[in-house]
Amino acid sequence: MKIRSHPVVCREAIELMSDYLDGSLSRRDTRRLEEHLAICPPCRTYLAQMRLVISVSGSVSPDDLSPEALDDLVEVFRRYRDEPESS
Amino acid sequence: MNDLELVDRLLEGDERAFTDLVTRYHGTLVRVARYYVRTPASAEDVAQETWLAVLRSLSSFEQRSSFKTWLLRILVNRARSSGTREFRTVPVDPTSGSAVAASRFDEGGFWCEPPVPFTDSVDDRLVNEPLVHLVREAIAQLPEPQQAVITLRDVEGLSTSEVADLLELSDANVRVILHRARSRVRADVEARREGRSV
Repeated sequence: MKIRSHPVVCREAIELMSDYLDGSLSRRDTRRLEEHLAICPPCRTYLAQMRLVISVSGSVSPDDLSPEALDDLVEVFRRYRDEPESS
Repeated sequence: MNDLELVDRLLEGDERAFTDLVTRYHGTLVRVARYYVRTPASAEDVAQETWLAVLRSLSSFEQRSSFKTWLLRILVNRARSSGTREFRTVPVDPTSGSAVAASRFDEGGFWCEPPVPFTDSVDDRLVNEPLVHLVREAIAQLPEPQQAVITLRDVEGLSTSEVADLLELSDANVRVILHRARSRVRADVEARREGRSV
């Protein structure tokens, strides 16, 4: 006899969403989560927020490089460029 | 201009190509270096050493991997071998660190304080500067392992297995850390939009 898995509640659903969005959730958990999402608008909102956050992260440039840090690195470049090619 | 075009120009000694690559990747290098070293200053040092190593070995870059992956590999190798390193083991307890405060659920585990849609979430995320700013701020507040993982996976777009390989973590651990990082970023953005402290 097939054992039926217990349904997902919201508190559990949100823990599955990162893997779900990456396609790394098991088929069984994918099915359980999708069954829950079909009947739970707040969890669909949460999923949309997670999807948006991941998407926006791809547009984030990590940190603005300070002018001082850039100057230091340009100095590294110039020293390297002006090194005699001994190696 | 893409990375490989910049690499070609850099091989010809073009300073502008170097500054473009630095502007593109230095922040990521520092953030990933922080996974290995104790202080922000040490992370800056490791990142700077990495750029010098890149300049010295660029002619041997064979383009079998992307420039980004090659660069990150150099960084990780340097960070690991750095005298300042405090090699971290990342304890991952899958049962700890809930994505949302327990008080937002009722006894049955259903929402009693449900999330509110990010209403000004426009379709074109590139022009949604306020949200980009909030996400950047939120990522910067994460603990170092979460910052490293989310930066490599979601900001730089590496695959889970590439992140695991670089940081010497299992795929499962990367997924757990990534889940926590994304959850905290979402919660942080939600709180800031509602004017609450996190």
